[in-house]
Amino acid sequence: MSGVESTPGQTARVLHPEVIGSRFEGARDAEGSPLVHAEGTSKPIRARTPHEPQPRGARDRGNLPVDQVEAAERFIAATEHEKAHDERLWDMRLRRDRAAHALPEWEDMRALASQIKEHALTHLDSYLCQFEAAAKANGVVVHWAADAAEHNRIVHRLLTDRGVKTLIKSKSMLTDECGFRAYMAGMGIEVIETDLGERIQQLDHEEPAHVVGPAIHKTREDVAEVFARNLGSDPNDTDIPHLASVQREATRPFILKAEAGMTGCNFAVAETGTVVVCTSEGNADLSANTPPLHIASIGIEKIIPRFEHLAVFLRLLARNAIGTPMTQYTSHFRAPRAGAEMHFVIVDNGRSERLGMKDFWTSLKCIRCGACMNTCPVYRRSGGLSYGATYSGPIGIILDPTLNRKKYSSLPFSSTLNGSCTNVCPVKINIHEQIFAWRKVMSEEHRLPVVKSEMMKVLGYVLSRPALYRAALAAADEALRLLPHFVLADPLNTWTSKGRDMPAAPPQTFHAWWREHRPQSRGHP
Amino acid sequence: MSVREEVLARIRRNRPAGDHPLPLIPHFVIPGVEQGNLQSFSRALNAMGGRFFRSSEMSSPLAWIRENIPNARIICSAVPEVPSDRDWSAVRRPRDLADVDVAVVRAVLGVAESGSVLFTEAELKVNTLAYLAQHLVVLLDESAIVSGLQVAYTHPVFQTARYAVFHTGPSATADIEGVLIHGAQGVRSLTVIVGS
Amino acid sequence: MRVGLFIPCYMDAFEPEVGIATLELLERLGCSVEYPVDQTCCGQPMTNTGCHKEAAGTEALFVKNFIGYDYIVAPSGSCVHQVRVNMTAIEQTPEVRALRERTFELTEFLHDILDVREFPWARFPHKIGLHYNCNSLRGINLASPTEIKTACFSKPRTLLEKVPGVEFVEPARWDECCGFGGTFSVFEPAVSVKMGQDKVSDHSRAGAEYIVSADSSCLLHQKGCARHMGNPIKFMHIARILNGAVA
Repeated sequence: MSGVESTPGQTARVLHPEVIGSRFEGARDAEGSPLVHAEGTSKPIRARTPHEPQPRGARDRGNLPVDQVEAAERFIAATEHEKAHDERLWDMRLRRDRAAHALPEWEDMRALASQIKEHALTHLDSYLCQFEAAAKANGVVVHWAADAAEHNRIVHRLLTDRGVKTLIKSKSMLTDECGFRAYMAGMGIEVIETDLGERIQQLDHEEPAHVVGPAIHKTREDVAEVFARNLGSDPNDTDIPHLASVQREATRPFILKAEAGMTGCNFAVAETGTVVVCTSEGNADLSANTPPLHIASIGIEKIIPRFEHLAVFLRLLARNAIGTPMTQYTSHFRAPRAGAEMHFVIVDNGRSERLGMKDFWTSLKCIRCGACMNTCPVYRRSGGLSYGATYSGPIGIILDPTLNRKKYSSLPFSSTLNGSCTNVCPVKINIHEQIFAWRKVMSEEHRLPVVKSEMMKVLGYVLSRPALYRAALAAADEALRLLPHFVLADPLNTWTSKGRDMPAAPPQTFHAWWREHRPQSRGHP
Repeated sequence: MSVREEVLARIRRNRPAGDHPLPLIPHFVIPGVEQGNLQSFSRALNAMGGRFFRSSEMSSPLAWIRENIPNARIICSAVPEVPSDRDWSAVRRPRDLADVDVAVVRAVLGVAESGSVLFTEAELKVNTLAYLAQHLVVLLDESAIVSGLQVAYTHPVFQTARYAVFHTGPSATADIEGVLIHGAQGVRSLTVIVGS
Repeated sequence: MRVGLFIPCYMDAFEPEVGIATLELLERLGCSVEYPVDQTCCGQPMTNTGCHKEAAGTEALFVKNFIGYDYIVAPSGSCVHQVRVNMTAIEQTPEVRALRERTFELTEFLHDILDVREFPWARFPHKIGLHYNCNSLRGINLASPTEIKTACFSKPRTLLEKVPGVEFVEPARWDECCGFGGTFSVFEPAVSVKMGQDKVSDHSRAGAEYIVSADSSCLLHQKGCARHMGNPIKFMHIARILNGAVA
């Protein structure tokens, strides 16, 4: 019943049964049975038109506002990609619900996580100093970068000073935000992403499409094509274990010869100066433990006070992101190995400014679980690349304007404000309310398209003058054309442009009916 | 002013208003673990694609390896109970372990809530052993299984180890079409042998 | 109990029968209802777009129209959410605050304030898929959404369960947004329509004859999508069912 917790049977129902494959393809246990753990129950989803070209992301318009609407339209037009993407991520959302709601204390934990983060962020200077002092005492070298460019320069310098020719790295949204790969291209140092999704995107010259699964928008055919082009594999062999093994074998030599490895940081524990990284592949551990130099890029907002707090976040993170109690690898880096080096690069890049934004500073609590993307009905139908930014989906909408106000001024309107994102956020960021608040900022800063702002002025004028409003309605050729929500909102008739009929106009409005049938009523107290 | 001072100054200048105290963290009882840590642990480990055995089910870990990973040529053992094909004194650099088929390591503890096992550099000898090897076999004392992550993090090893890591099943990824596969970059299989 | 009736702008123009049903229903239940004739809109088209300054005049007009009633009731959770949560472009005098707090959506008014236990005049022998506007669901708590671990409840459903003949069907994604989203429906039409099509298909596949909601805005959008798809599924606002409409 609507309102009752989903039962397992209900989760078997899907919107697009035609894209569900019949053969179980995931990992099996020793007896050959499908794994029952959350990711293992992923429904195999097969695009029926195997060679539907992959829809590409938002067009590059330089610093002009991203046209997410146009990119989303192309994603929807790629019907097999869109359906598969939508079903896959909705499935992730359901698995999240099952794992999260299995804990009676789930909502209490969200509240605790939110409070821990708000405390850490409002005492950030002292926790950062504590973290740095502990790290230095452990033999770690600590660098500070004010912005993306400085982060890239610091890392580059560390590598060139040591004659590094090959750098392996694990997934780090911060390094993507800093444009690290683009910076390093042409510097004479080979940078190899070891995370499968990031590697696919790197080879295909695309940004990550999702914070947890960077290539989740691609079909296996798309991946086979990327690998065939870059790694010389068979473009027609689209078996997924085979594709993963192509990348494993191709990447391993780099892991063995790399002179440096780079990771991001999920959590930075102040009490001991420890960097915590969560992966499913173990590639952060490979990147940090195989070469003699480990560099960790750390956003200032990653700080948490103690290990007891880490337990709260870790119990939330994997359940909320992928529906399992833990990620396969949870690594704690505190000090370099004997004979090796460890460097931390602490990065600001606008975070300290965001701390001062009354309506938006709590977006710094984000632990990059991706659940907001999985639940967002707009994201699932648009694809992450339609947002034209490192961070996409609901969290992207509220972060990106702080990175580039003009370029991302359009993103807050790529939302229905339905509020599901806020409800799944493990640290209780009021995402949809911040999206609403950003719209106010964009309007006040005159960043709305002229058509929109002009229409709002007209609407605001007409709707505040009852006689004028009634006269306008009465004078219409059709009542339809003057409906406030769409009217003036629809000079180009977009209500009907994409497959939706106009409502029929009734013979009289309620207002006219009232005047006719209740003429004696003054209508005022 | 150094970058460090600038960043810290900006943080102080932008500090949000209001009182934001650190909350007290209650201890949460893990559902299902009341039956016993061992049962929960094995269930959670299996759910993540790991394998679970009791040492009483086999004559020795080495015998189990020979029987179940028959193609293993090079076994690298970090535990005294299992002989090692790889001579540790010959390992100069982490990459020297690239040809290891099976690594055998003892865990500091296990976590019943998630089926995780914990290692530090002391158990691994060379950290990257647990990642370059094709298969990982883990020896774990039954008494070292704790109920959940909250308890695990009270272990003093987190204050002292240079490197500590939870493994929860073998290396995996679902990056392509959300289909889960094992043996992504790390080990293809993870087997825990629990003894008392 | 003096109730001021607020009829959303689009309902006034497209679905006056829902406004009439709301009026009749409240009167059947003993309320003395008036419709301030100078009302226009709650201001949401403007605030939804970030244009709060432009909404101030409309918000002030709303307050002027509805001063003095015990309750203000609207058959639209979306508008009520705007009034209770976002009507902040005008000065927040104690009078304004009190008026905002007294503004209720129809089903929450029937459920929470009037505590209606039966609708003896009503009968609706059909299979229905119950749809919730997102502002109604997550904004003013008409029901428990699936993301949150909480006790299950639904005010509209509780009321409909008292109407003989009603049979509920369960779509796969009962609380996923249908894609209307106010001005989103015209500024991002491709996604809006895809969401609407998906919503209609979901209810259809679950066997619904009618999609029923406490918000007409969603239904207008879904109906437009359904008709374009050639899907004859029917739509009805809950007020009409509770007031005795049989089809």
